[in-house]
Amino acid sequence: MFEVRVQRHMFDLASEHARLAAIGPDVGAIVSFTGQVRDEPLELEHYPAMAERQMEELLAEARSRWPLKGALLIHRHGRLETGAPIVLVLTASSHRAEAFQAAAFLMDWLKTRAPFWKKDANGWVSARESDEQAASKWEDR
Amino acid sequence: MTVRLLYFAWVREQVGLGEEVVDAETPVPLGALLGQLQTLSPGHKQALADRTRLRAAINQNFAGWDTPVNAGDEVAIFPPVTGGN
Repeated sequence: MFEVRVQRHMFDLASEHARLAAIGPDVGAIVSFTGQVRDEPLELEHYPAMAERQMEELLAEARSRWPLKGALLIHRHGRLETGAPIVLVLTASSHRAEAFQAAAFLMDWLKTRAPFWKKDANGWVSARESDEQAASKWEDR
Repeated sequence: MTVRLLYFAWVREQVGLGEEVVDAETPVPLGALLGQLQTLSPGHKQALADRTRLRAAINQNFAGWDTPVNAGDEVAIFPPVTGGN
């Protein structure tokens, strides 16, 4: 099961996790990452067609690097309150190392490649150099 | 020939439009198209003047300023992305 979703509504970690857990007997590790709104409410704008396409490509890249049994990438858009979940990454593999690494990779690349833009009370949030650096550490692998 | 333009985030706000269709002599390098767009309005000029602050995609794939734009392409211009958490 490999899937990407871009949605306005909330996601449910427990039910998504259960879907990966049910993939098959060779799944021995599932890693989940949830990103949530920090400090103040946000409005998240996105480019729908490109967002789905880039997220699909991220999954394909992760699959080419690690022997994953499944992965799920969900990114929300619209207005999100402080503490609201924004992004969910789930990876499933036979052993933990691949699941951990693939989840970290997916988040790092998502941040610099998926077309989403945050706006808070101070205006549009600027991209951070540290995110570029985090993404670039995966380039030569 | 026409090209479909999409703008996002503060680029959209400054241009004053989310989307428009423009006439262009294609193929045209993306950077040259950007120069042409700047002549459309003061908002376009303000939003598109400094390309170091901009990123672009052609048909939903990231593209550099030298990439040729062809008739019927969907070109998006936007700030560096800031998704995730």
